[in-house]
Amino acid sequence: MSVGELILFGIIKFIAIVFGWVMLVATVLTLMERKQSAFMQNRVGPNRAFVFGKKFPLSAFIGHLLSDALKVLVKEDFEPPRANKWLHLLGPGIAVIPAWLLWVVIPFGPGPMPGAEGDHPFLIANLNVGVLFMFAVMSLSVYGATLGAWASNSAYSLLGGLRTAAQMISYEVTLGLNLVGVFMIFGSTRLNDIIWGQGQSAWGIFLQPVGFVLFLVASIAETKRAPFDLPEAESELAAGYFTEYSSMRFAVYSLGEFIGIVAVAAVAVCCFLGGWQIPWVETPVDASGVPIYGWLTVAQIAIFLFKMVIFIWLQMQIRWTLPRFRYDQLMKLGWLYLLPLSLLNLVVTAIIMYAVR
Amino acid sequence: MDPNYAPYVPVAVVSILVVGLAAVILLLNRMLGPRRPTREKGIPYESGVDPVSHPRRRFSVKFYMTAILFLVFDLEVVFIYPWATRFKAWLADDAFAPVALGSMLFFVLVLALGLVYEWKRGAMNWE
Amino acid sequence: MEFIQIVFWLLAAGAILTSLMVVLPRGRNPLYGALALILSFFFVAGIYVLLVAHTMAILQILVYAGAIMVLFTFVIMLLNLSKRELGEESKNLAQALGVGAVAFIIIKSIIIVDASADSVGGDNLALPKGFGTIESIADQMFHRHLLSFELIAILLLVAVIGAVVLAKRTL
Repeated sequence: MSVGELILFGIIKFIAIVFGWVMLVATVLTLMERKQSAFMQNRVGPNRAFVFGKKFPLSAFIGHLLSDALKVLVKEDFEPPRANKWLHLLGPGIAVIPAWLLWVVIPFGPGPMPGAEGDHPFLIANLNVGVLFMFAVMSLSVYGATLGAWASNSAYSLLGGLRTAAQMISYEVTLGLNLVGVFMIFGSTRLNDIIWGQGQSAWGIFLQPVGFVLFLVASIAETKRAPFDLPEAESELAAGYFTEYSSMRFAVYSLGEFIGIVAVAAVAVCCFLGGWQIPWVETPVDASGVPIYGWLTVAQIAIFLFKMVIFIWLQMQIRWTLPRFRYDQLMKLGWLYLLPLSLLNLVVTAIIMYAVR
Repeated sequence: MDPNYAPYVPVAVVSILVVGLAAVILLLNRMLGPRRPTREKGIPYESGVDPVSHPRRRFSVKFYMTAILFLVFDLEVVFIYPWATRFKAWLADDAFAPVALGSMLFFVLVLALGLVYEWKRGAMNWE
Repeated sequence: MEFIQIVFWLLAAGAILTSLMVVLPRGRNPLYGALALILSFFFVAGIYVLLVAHTMAILQILVYAGAIMVLFTFVIMLLNLSKRELGEESKNLAQALGVGAVAFIIIKSIIIVDASADSVGGDNLALPKGFGTIESIADQMFHRHLLSFELIAILLLVAVIGAVVLAKRTL
């Protein structure tokens, strides 16, 4: 392909994935979360804004989505007078940019088999480093919280920002280490190869059960959800690092968080839940190893979405079931339990693979 | 286009797009939203009372500790990634398989020692 | 000029410009310097990609921008040096360092740019198959540099112990 074609396809895929898929999932998720929290706390939840005042299925749902989006756009763009003007504006931007970039390496539909030539239609960039790109980008999301907090020039914000940063870096290692077992078994860091490998043997959750559980815990901590929501512990720090943020700046922060949640769920689905593979259904491929696209492909994309929703729903259940950790417990859990367990999981996997080779 | 560079073109395109997108959303709000600053509104939020603490103070060395430990273990994981992707292939080679396993076991063991030391010295005690 | 070469010059200019932003302006908050340094790592990562060192490019971001600079920003934020503490007496030193760094960057960049402008976008067919991939790095690391790899483990252990000892003494 020529440079022009590559750029064009990049733009088209980006628009399709980020607007048609990620932003939609993230906004729907915001509402889904509010509804589910309401349900679990025996409340009604958002039920006021209807589209044109008419009641039809999903009317309240769409109404709230639209009014939320419009509201943050036209609210006062508040800037604390003693804040660092540029960094205060830059903070949310830095937080959301990595979250969007994560989607570059996530395949949400079948592509060519490992080793086969051909373009992957459902993946923006088929990088050799694969999911490592995602970790590289994810490690940058720390800056959004810390810089925004620092720029706000408020004690609550700064404390929240520091807590956030310390928590995120503590669990990042565990998050990365638990995918290593999957890389070892399937011999690749490309999510596409890993998904094909899972179709041929078994899903990652059965091959790496300990890895999956540790990944789940670390992913909740990394995306700052309860019981790991210390960065924004309401009763202690008001709203944590975005205490001094409102209107769109605040919305961009929370958008970044939600997109991050969806992206981590997508990686979990790719590595542990078989990605777009439907159990007992084989993907038809032609002689060169490129899948034959058809109605099955649509079903596979749908099943990918479904698995993602299940994973996120599981996180939400955990959120409203467990109480929040204390900060010292959080640090202890990360460094003294999860990290050694992940290392142990790695060693055991290596020894088993060596024994049965 | 050179296949070595081809996958990175979309990465560059997307990077530029997301930076633009973030800028547009944030600046749109700046244009659409009103700006009515008042003195009261500008006071940093501290649960409704006038600020009592100064935000530019120094913080516990624990945070620094965490960052440096993160750096060390992040590097460790970075060294494990290449090994993990090749381990399966190396297992097929009878002569090299024990080396592949043994070298990583030693690597992880040495770093586990670091973790044990950190535990024993109570570096992660935040109470 | 070829497309790749234009990209290279853009990246090189960006890297040099952001590096200058790290050292040149003085008397302002060091956090801006740290931010400029992070930006410059991205440009350098881009140059790595042009040199077909994909894995190095990603690890550059993962380790330098994502881990080392986190430590830097932490230290800057935690110390919260005031203007006075940052200011006067270190002015001369900062100036000297700045001038030295600029001279170094200019000389070095001329050498490097001169050498790499030819290789970038040139005949990549000369590269062995799979060059720069994570697999080839693993093969090199575990066949030819196995001893260095194990020594790195010990080096990292020393780093952990050093950090704990230093931090504990101040408590």
